[in-house]
Amino acid sequence: MITFLSYLCSGISLGSIYAIIALGYSMVYGIAKMLNFAHGDVIMIGAYICFCATQYWGMAPITSVVVAMVVCTLLGVVIERLAYKPLRAASSLAVLITAIGMSYLLQNSALLIWGANPKSFPSVVSIGSISLFDGQLLISGETIVTVLANIVIMIALTLFTGKTKLGKAMRVVSEDKGAAELMGINVNATISLTFAIGSALAAIAGVLLCSAYPALTPTTGSMPGIKAFTAAVFGGIGSIPGALIGGLLLGVIEILGKAYVSTELGDAFVFAVLIVVLLVKPTGLLGKKVHEKV
Amino acid sequence: MRKCEVTGKMKMSKKLRSNLITYGIVIAAFLLCQLALSGSIEGFKMSRSLKGQLVPICVYIVMAVSLNLTVGISGELSLGHAGFMSVGAFSGIVMSSWLVSAFQMENETLRLILAMLTGGAFAGLAGVLIGIPVLRLRGDYLAIVTLAFGEIIRNVLNCLYFSLDGANLYIGFNNPNLPGKVIVNGPMGATGVSKIATFGMGFALILFTLFVVLNLINSRSGRAIMAIRDNRIAAESMGINVTKYKMMAFVTSAVLAGMAGALYGLNFSTVTASKFRFDTSILVLVFVVLGGIGNIRGSVIAATVLTILPEVLRAFSDYRMLVYAIVLIVVMLATNSPLLFNLMEKCRTAAARFTRGHAKAQGKEGDAA
Repeated sequence: MITFLSYLCSGISLGSIYAIIALGYSMVYGIAKMLNFAHGDVIMIGAYICFCATQYWGMAPITSVVVAMVVCTLLGVVIERLAYKPLRAASSLAVLITAIGMSYLLQNSALLIWGANPKSFPSVVSIGSISLFDGQLLISGETIVTVLANIVIMIALTLFTGKTKLGKAMRVVSEDKGAAELMGINVNATISLTFAIGSALAAIAGVLLCSAYPALTPTTGSMPGIKAFTAAVFGGIGSIPGALIGGLLLGVIEILGKAYVSTELGDAFVFAVLIVVLLVKPTGLLGKKVHEKV
Repeated sequence: MRKCEVTGKMKMSKKLRSNLITYGIVIAAFLLCQLALSGSIEGFKMSRSLKGQLVPICVYIVMAVSLNLTVGISGELSLGHAGFMSVGAFSGIVMSSWLVSAFQMENETLRLILAMLTGGAFAGLAGVLIGIPVLRLRGDYLAIVTLAFGEIIRNVLNCLYFSLDGANLYIGFNNPNLPGKVIVNGPMGATGVSKIATFGMGFALILFTLFVVLNLINSRSGRAIMAIRDNRIAAESMGINVTKYKMMAFVTSAVLAGMAGALYGLNFSTVTASKFRFDTSILVLVFVVLGGIGNIRGSVIAATVLTILPEVLRAFSDYRMLVYAIVLIVVMLATNSPLLFNLMEKCRTAAARFTRGHAKAQGKEGDAA
């Protein structure tokens, strides 16, 4: 029972990270109707920047997280401007291939800058762990911070998209770009803003991911990125609570699958979930159904 | 404007000519390689590293052509092509070892052919199983699910154990304790594979692939597949069975990838499932995109050049994937961005005007003379 609880805790911790990444995916997919394959690699860049800031530039953990967020925000906006904006009207195949190219570009740039050897990432979390049931169940500080960060981000984003003018503009653009433009909304700026928010979240996710799993390599971000997309699809793409639920469920499924069935098949479970969801309920748990127009 | 008035018959012959050029290039390249291998001409020899690349080049050509069938002709972005390759590789290896163990078959060519057929059959089976759910989806979802299947295949192969005891084949899932001689050992992969793949067979496989794909494209079914790609709803309303034709393209592509996989697997003494990672699928996709989506000859050339180039430019091997990534982005932007497209169009009209003006000027000079 206690082992199950501890697995559940690490599942929720991993799931919270997936949820934060999934938010970036989900928002970008909702607004630009494109699968930003490079999102997972922005996570990796964020983690590397944070690593450099603490190890080489001697910054405090909090400042280094902020630096990573700023760098990733800029990176996200630049990527959008250079690679995705010229392809707004192109076929989804072309956009997806460009995004894959961007993902490889980031990975290989990181490989050239930081090398292939895994860097041991120092945890940015300084609070201690909580032990329950006479020390049988240990909840690490990373888990607590991850879950808290997840909750704060979810609430902030829900308020942002629901209450502020910019947030409402984002929702309008995701529904109908033409109508949004007629209402005087700057569509390009809104899409850039979405990429900026998504990339800043990716930086946070990268730092949290590497605090929990300290080996940092240029490919650190790609698998969590794909799994987070799975989480976004699972919860319903474009939906903030959907990303939360999808991420948490996926994290728990992955950890429990690895623990109780087979370590080799952990990833296979995650992808099997994706396939089943897409076949049974293609819009995800909380997604809206979109009718196809002829 | 005479070009517009070509009759149907002439168009056919144009296609035929284009296909014959493709076959011709492949055959000429094969003959050149044979000449270089024989070393009969002084100074025209093949380096050792290039010799080792001959079979992989054949494999990648077949992979690129078969992926082009899915991506270019059928219009579905598949990111799990390496998955089919791995199914083909492992089933081919098991088949080849089993033939030796059960029938003491020593004829390597026959064994290779049977192994490739088995690889193709199993990859085709996987293609059917995966195609049924995948082809119901569209666009980005389809791409991500093919990626997911590629990863699932790799994960499952990491859990599979095969062993041979005489004519008996034992299969274990997550269970390494099998009787007899182990041939596939889970995450350790297949070890002690007899390297029976030959360049000649690779060449034969390329010709077979080209024959299948080019004939499919120029057939009634091929036209149906392309009609679905261009406008699914219009094609459907013309009475084209969308699922059937999509499936036809997808499974054909999977079978060919499986055969290439078997050839690839039997070219190395050790094969692990990690050789068929997502990166391999992307590499093949790069070949297809660079060669031109939907252009079979382009795939053949791109696969050859991009497999040889890194061998030749060893010094730049660190930058290889970086350059691929940049090229991928630039090609996509250049072919799809309206800004660049307009720019190129302007250049073209300017060039046309220039040549026309030039011709006119020359004509005037002629008149004056």
